[in-house]
Amino acid sequence: MSTATAPSPLPPVPEAPEEQPARKRRKREVESGEGLFAPSMLTRLGLIGVALLSIFPLYWMIVIASRISSDASGFPPALIPGGNLGQNIQDALTNPEANLLLGLRNSLIITGTVTFSVVLISTLGGFAFAKLRFRGSKILMATVLFSMMVPLQQLGIVPLYMVMVELEWLDTLQAVILPFLVNGFGIFMMRQYVEQAVPDEIIEAARIDGASTIGIWWRIVLPALRPAMVVLGLLTFMLNWNEFLWPFMVLSNENPTIQIAIRQISTATWSADLSMIFTGTLISIIPIAILFVVFGRQIVSGIMEGSTK
Amino acid sequence: MTTRTAPGLSWRQRLTRADVKATPYALVAPYFILFAVFGLFPMVYTLYASMHAWKLGNPTREFVGLDNYTFLLTQYDRFNWSVLNTLGMFVMATIPQLVCALMVANALNKRLRRPMMWRMLVLAPIVTSVVAVGVIFARIWGEQYGMVNGFLEFIGLEGVNWQVGRLSSWFAISSMVDWRWMGYNALIYLAAMQTIPRNLYEAATVDGATARQQFWKITVPQLKPVIIFTVFVSSVGGMTLFVEPMMFGSGRLDGGANGQFQTTAMVLVDILRSHGNYGISAAAGWLLFLVIAVVAIINFLVVNRIQGNK
Repeated sequence: MSTATAPSPLPPVPEAPEEQPARKRRKREVESGEGLFAPSMLTRLGLIGVALLSIFPLYWMIVIASRISSDASGFPPALIPGGNLGQNIQDALTNPEANLLLGLRNSLIITGTVTFSVVLISTLGGFAFAKLRFRGSKILMATVLFSMMVPLQQLGIVPLYMVMVELEWLDTLQAVILPFLVNGFGIFMMRQYVEQAVPDEIIEAARIDGASTIGIWWRIVLPALRPAMVVLGLLTFMLNWNEFLWPFMVLSNENPTIQIAIRQISTATWSADLSMIFTGTLISIIPIAILFVVFGRQIVSGIMEGSTK
Repeated sequence: MTTRTAPGLSWRQRLTRADVKATPYALVAPYFILFAVFGLFPMVYTLYASMHAWKLGNPTREFVGLDNYTFLLTQYDRFNWSVLNTLGMFVMATIPQLVCALMVANALNKRLRRPMMWRMLVLAPIVTSVVAVGVIFARIWGEQYGMVNGFLEFIGLEGVNWQVGRLSSWFAISSMVDWRWMGYNALIYLAAMQTIPRNLYEAATVDGATARQQFWKITVPQLKPVIIFTVFVSSVGGMTLFVEPMMFGSGRLDGGANGQFQTTAMVLVDILRSHGNYGISAAAGWLLFLVIAVVAIINFLVVNRIQGNK
């Protein structure tokens, strides 16, 4: 189960932002006075429409989270935030049945551990596959690629569940964490990046100076990989924060991740309160939203860079 | 006199040689050990489990060959329907999603002010977890107080009970998938579009080709590899659809009163969690895998064909 969630296998994302060339090209075009890539009015309107559609459900969630429940129904819908957001957040967080704080805590532990592990193990493996010669490396790399393409989660879920039952690990965090500690995509991405970012000569020179392989990894490869580690870390964090199926299999509503807690709130009979449901959902999005606002450029570039390789 | 197997090699040099030979394996070992335990072993073991009558809390297991498979295919109606539902939602979601993504990418590829802002706006839905998407869209498509029905009634039409019908529920669920993934695919197409040499377009313009002709005759064929990639990713994602239909059905696994929007992944989890039947759910897992493989191959052939005729 080394690929994370169902409909989101990531494309290869080898390296850090590289906006410069595109921008230069664009400038040259402007200078040559070429109208080929000038957006028409229709294009502009279409894009504005798409952007509104992208944002509207999120905006509407904030609106309802800041109002009282009955505002969520009827047409035209309420479109202006109300003044209840603080109160709603407080109510949601302190509701003993909602388990939101516990869910946030569990999700932070799980996602943090998984992200750290995936990034670390991927730099080790990526370095080995990119720069070291060893027998069987081609076959092993092919295995990594294979693991990226097969939906292992759905295929392996039954035995993994059986094992967790046997170990009596149901409802524990390690049951959620362990299957996600490695990710074939991470190895692949780091291999691509090391190949470009670390010249062979530097490694040779370090060897002549008597550096060990681990020393080279620590002092040469890791510093060069920093931008790629940020991108891989961000994508892994987002993916695992939003992971649902496996935590849903092994955790209970009493010890949930944030996603399990949201499902519980939105379906339980005790919470017919829509503003409460939307407030909880809003809370569950906030960590990722912060990452997106702060690192949006890296996330966009990471997704785009990866796909052209 | 000290005997050395390799005269002239110091202790340090031999250590270096061992380091060069062995350390690569140590570096890749963490990945492969964890992958073997949590990826490969479960996959293979699923095959074993699928051929046994085996239930939770029951230590005995009996070899039954392919009985679990035949049970699913011939006696458990929900399974076959779930394959149809999954395929239907996959088609309904993926085609408009990728076509829209192509058009949005084409728009983003124009000379825009603040290109990064537009890209982030289009990508924003990916921030939302699938559960959150389910919560929000379940209210947008709600029967009584939903926004869509509110709009329909506002303009004088009758509201629709989106959950009850097979096609209407597929439609609502597809909207969730499309909303979350369209921008992501658009960015992937955009990245590929930026690598197309601009002089192709300049030449076409000189020859009098319209923008529309350029899009279909230059852009789309040049994007062929990346279209194949996105179709593959969408196939795997679409065929394992789980959270969207579950959240649409108030968090339940039965996919509506008649299972009209129950996907195969939901059937698998339902058999495992509600019935504790390891053998049959393992068989469902392998059948799902086969369906995914077939769908992926068909998609590859179709995409290849369409492009080839251009």
